[in-house]
Amino acid sequence: MNGVHLEIQLLAAVVAVACALPGVFLVLRRMALMSDAISHSILLGIVLGFFWVGDLGHPLLILAATATGVLTVALVELLHGTRRVKEDAAIALVFPALFSIAVILIAQRAGGVHLDVDAVLLGEIAFAPFRRFEWNGLDLGPRSLWVMGGILALNLLAIGLFYKELKLSTFDAGLAASLGFSPVLVHYGFMTLVSVTAVGAFDAVGSILVVALMIAPPAAAWLLTDRLPVMLALSGLIAAVSAIAGFHVAIAFDASIAGSMAGMTGVAFVGAFALAPERGLVAQWQRRARQRVEFAGLMLSIHLLNHEGGARAEVENRVEHLSEHLRWSPDFARRVVRRAERDGLVVREGRDRLLLTPLGREAARHGMVQAPPAR
Amino acid sequence: MELLHALFFDYTLRTVALGAGALGAVAGALGSFAVLRRQSLLGDAISHAALPGIVLAFMLTGSRATPVLVLGAALAGWVGTLFVLAIVRRSRIPEDAALGIVLSVFFGLGLVLLTFVQRSPTAAQAGLETFLFGQAATLLEQDVLLIAGVGSIALVALALGWKEFKLLSFDPDFGRSMGLPMTRIDVALTTLLVVAIVLGLQTVGVVLMSAMVVAPAAAARQWTDSLGLMVVLAGALGAGAGVAGTLVSSMGRGIPTGPTIVLAASIFVGVSLLVAPGRGLVAGRLRLRRVRQQVREGESEP
Repeated sequence: MNGVHLEIQLLAAVVAVACALPGVFLVLRRMALMSDAISHSILLGIVLGFFWVGDLGHPLLILAATATGVLTVALVELLHGTRRVKEDAAIALVFPALFSIAVILIAQRAGGVHLDVDAVLLGEIAFAPFRRFEWNGLDLGPRSLWVMGGILALNLLAIGLFYKELKLSTFDAGLAASLGFSPVLVHYGFMTLVSVTAVGAFDAVGSILVVALMIAPPAAAWLLTDRLPVMLALSGLIAAVSAIAGFHVAIAFDASIAGSMAGMTGVAFVGAFALAPERGLVAQWQRRARQRVEFAGLMLSIHLLNHEGGARAEVENRVEHLSEHLRWSPDFARRVVRRAERDGLVVREGRDRLLLTPLGREAARHGMVQAPPAR
Repeated sequence: MELLHALFFDYTLRTVALGAGALGAVAGALGSFAVLRRQSLLGDAISHAALPGIVLAFMLTGSRATPVLVLGAALAGWVGTLFVLAIVRRSRIPEDAALGIVLSVFFGLGLVLLTFVQRSPTAAQAGLETFLFGQAATLLEQDVLLIAGVGSIALVALALGWKEFKLLSFDPDFGRSMGLPMTRIDVALTTLLVVAIVLGLQTVGVVLMSAMVVAPAAAARQWTDSLGLMVVLAGALGAGAGVAGTLVSSMGRGIPTGPTIVLAASIFVGVSLLVAPGRGLVAGRLRLRRVRQQVREGESEP
């Protein structure tokens, strides 16, 4: 591990957290794909700014790119506002058009200059440490680290200061408006924040990773918690861990760094999707299996109650008979009986004769009122 | 006049224009359903998700033939949409976030695979990048035949399932209540959309393909309220954008074809939004003024 690698990881973690924080609100506000639109159309701002000042490192470029990001949001709203085009279609119309203009402009005028569409889409974080920030001849570290650190601080500050406004307008836009928070102001203020973040991050990691970092970690965090502050913290953590893990995978296999970071955010999301307590696929599956056995235990009680004291009780109320009568597999029948015994609904008499307990009788009567009686 | 002459007699230009036109027609027609079903951004997700499929197809077969790559792209795009469906169904993540995750993660995996391919010493991998940004000039006659052939099959399939697809787009609950397998119909229509998208990747590229799906349909929607007319019109506008974009980009040096096609389609949308009778903004403004006039005249009468 050398200094360059350390700097790249630090930068990756800062970019990841800076993207994930506004990403939380994007995902909650169902505007996740605005990150896709903004991160593509800011190319136009960069190109125009570059033609204007002629220097790719000029701070004005960040301003121009951010303005294009906000312009994208405004154009989408404008198109959607005509009520002739739905919002998803409006997004899909605006950013390809702006991106196309940018690509054509690049092809027309920047032929000899280093302004590569590849680099823009895919990013080159590996080169970031070579662009240093120097002040009075003093080396203060990679320039992108300063830029992204500033943007991260801005995000923290903005979300901290306007936490209440953002939270309320995200979860109850109507109430927020009626309390006097201007929805337009909150929306555009927030989208400006997203644009600034996308512009800064896109220089380091490319537009696709911006999308991955803004959406996947917040979505994973959303599966793990119901509380907004926890979701914010978890998103930042997941994003930073994914970015650093992605870096190591990329180094190990000598592969695209941005690509494997995006891949790792996907791994994190799939992990949460599968394993989240309560909401994950495994938890859903376990719950369903448990409910099936519980319901079957109720069925068993009703079955026993039905035949209790009847002429055929000797035959019907045997464990072996259950598979025949209730069409349960012997294995499933054994599991149901074991569960029902444990819940105190039935007791075993002898080897396989089942008797209802008073609790089981009560449960069966209650169950028959709730559910249609067993035939 | 010169341009028309070139269109008919310049081999390369004719090939590219035919390919772009056929692509625009197929994407426009199938895109109509995506737009009506509020799935405009599904196209974006599918086209990005196709990248790992393209690279894997190349790695497994070592072939750069368009049909092989298109097949890989279609499989990956299809798997991507299934992921989106699974995420939306089995968790509380809304569709837009699911699309964004699939789009960026699949694309990232594609980039990782691409670095493996680029490291291999064979020169054969050159050209895989054309799928990223599209390179209409690389279209060969057999590519055009592929687009036209597979595209026609997709359109025939669309015609065969017309009734079901229409029902799916406007009242899926009614369809379900009649006992139709709406999920399967949904998968079938999405598969057709995947086909249309992967056919276009070589021409306009991953980023811009979504516009080819949405723009012609959004333009066509302004002119008519009939699904049949809209699909035909969207196909025609898509083909028009393909040919017009190719011609314009052939006029100057260094005008990339894909973005020009997309801009042509975007201009169609702008014009349609403004001047279409009935739904157009100008027509709406005129109607408003007429109604105001009538109200005012009504007021002045006793």
